[in-house]
Amino acid sequence: MTQTPQTTPTSTEGTGRATSGRVPTRRAVVNRAPWILVSPFLILFLLTFVLPIVVAIGQSFTTVTRAGLFGEEGVTSRFAWFENYRLVLADGNFVDSIWRMLLFGIVQVPVMIVAATLLALLLESASARWPGVFRATYFMPYGIPGVIATILWSFLYVPGLSPIIDVSEALFGYTPDFLGAGTVLWSIANIVTWTYTGYNMLIIVAQLKAIPSELYEAARVDGAGPWRTAVSIQLPLIRPALVLTTVFSIIGTLQLFAEPQLLQTVSPAIDSQYTPNLSAYTTAFAYNDYNLAAAQSVLIALVAFVLSFAFLKLTNRSSR
Amino acid sequence: MTAAVSARTATARPDAPRAAEPDPAHDAGRGRPATTILVTGVLVVVAIYFLVPVYWVVVAATKTTDDLFGTNGFWFGDTFALFDNIGAVLTYDGGIFVRWLGNSVLYAGVGAVLATYLAAAGGYALAKYAFRGRNLIFGLVLGGVLVPGTATALPLFLLFSQLGLANTYASVLVPSLVSPFGFFLCRIYADSTVDQSLIEAARIDGAGELRIFHTIGLRIMTPALVTVLLFQIVGIWNNYFLPLVMLSDQDLYPITLGLNNWNSQTDRLPEFYELTTGGVLLSVIPLAVAMIVLQRFWRGGLTEGAVKA
Repeated sequence: MTQTPQTTPTSTEGTGRATSGRVPTRRAVVNRAPWILVSPFLILFLLTFVLPIVVAIGQSFTTVTRAGLFGEEGVTSRFAWFENYRLVLADGNFVDSIWRMLLFGIVQVPVMIVAATLLALLLESASARWPGVFRATYFMPYGIPGVIATILWSFLYVPGLSPIIDVSEALFGYTPDFLGAGTVLWSIANIVTWTYTGYNMLIIVAQLKAIPSELYEAARVDGAGPWRTAVSIQLPLIRPALVLTTVFSIIGTLQLFAEPQLLQTVSPAIDSQYTPNLSAYTTAFAYNDYNLAAAQSVLIALVAFVLSFAFLKLTNRSSR
Repeated sequence: MTAAVSARTATARPDAPRAAEPDPAHDAGRGRPATTILVTGVLVVVAIYFLVPVYWVVVAATKTTDDLFGTNGFWFGDTFALFDNIGAVLTYDGGIFVRWLGNSVLYAGVGAVLATYLAAAGGYALAKYAFRGRNLIFGLVLGGVLVPGTATALPLFLLFSQLGLANTYASVLVPSLVSPFGFFLCRIYADSTVDQSLIEAARIDGAGELRIFHTIGLRIMTPALVTVLLFQIVGIWNNYFLPLVMLSDQDLYPITLGLNNWNSQTDRLPEFYELTTGGVLLSVIPLAVAMIVLQRFWRGGLTEGAVKA
């Protein structure tokens, strides 16, 4: 760091005392201070975010060959261009798992965001009784880890244990199969919705509360009812919160792991490549192929990034 | 249907906790009991959906394994075995459950406090000082917010195994110290709340830069710090993938991994059902209570992040 002319408020003090003779030390202190403050975070960020990503990208372009039956004659690695990516994309199961997550996301994310928005609007309407109690109840599942939420719901899905199946049989004579090949994806969607709807609702409520009351007053003067107020005032103004929650939900969908991994023990329909993350985990720890797993991890992050970026672009354009 | 609007104007303080709650006088005056009953009815049905799994585990934790399969899941069984089950959970395998709970408290408590402090220092530095590399750092960290946490877990494991850190407390704790989202929130908050003239005044009084951060910056940023702390506690407590990848020693497990271990043994050994339901109940109750009590602290800081993001 050389002494460059500063253009921000921090420099006013230094230049103001340019004649006092204390300037160099004082300015040096001001120059050093931000680095002292930011470096602990920065070093850890580089170690736990940047370095792993660099390592993963490097590994995804490397192939390891073992000479001899168990690699006892030496292990050689070489740069393999896109060989790992080609292998990953040629693996029908992995590609299927990405499509499965897209289907999951196209259904589950809108359902959850719409439900969260409706609940937020209802709670913020004057027609709701005890909004504080309901708000706390809806938010509660967010504090329950995905693993424990899945254990809870799996008890409600498993035949013999599930009171829901018992009740359905007694009332309608129908035995629902929550864990079959066609239904288990939506049983997982239910767990995810259960966990995160209240959390998204709280973000939307926070933004609803930030709407100035004059706007409501103006709407009332214009004779707008609650429906009209919601559509013309509340929904446009909570847009940033809706975009934010949707982007985080898209990223979350592609990371789905704990729910399917746990339900594997009770549902034969879930294989070890059911979701992209489950695939990467299996490749790394069951097959010990870290290079292929790295390529899978990079692809998952890339797809998440592209989708969030596309969504942000789309919402930006339609707002103009 | 103007009740919604009038209640808002009656309490014209949008940020006050009670601002949006209905004003009973106005409701009565408008005389729309049908709408109120309908809306509240919908809210009750939704609340039942969110509470059913928790209610089920409360009931299930009072049952023996025989009752668990033999009696209706939504009502208590013939025997009341809650205390036997809880006792079994706490004493099984030399009290390993208590150890898992302690590990979770350690990871989430220590991790979240340090992560919040580091995010505050970094966010404050970026907001209040102009220095070369500032925009690069901010761009890098912003990218970090969008990187899926599980994408870094696998390469992190490879890195930590080479450093000899895999399967230690540090392997879970060190990655938990970094919160890009917290850093982002702290920078925005410090930008808009910590007044530059206050910092200048402190400098003239001869206070050092670090002292200014610790006495003035941290105090003003407290509302945002509470939000970051809560997010980080929940994030670490709920994390499953990272400890799953890093840890092989059961003694280091957090509660999520431990309960999963018990749950996966239920299909071979049915007595693990009692342990799992009891353990789930013990771990859910403190969290559910904490969420209900803390949900109002979630509000202030979140608006900052959501509105300005």
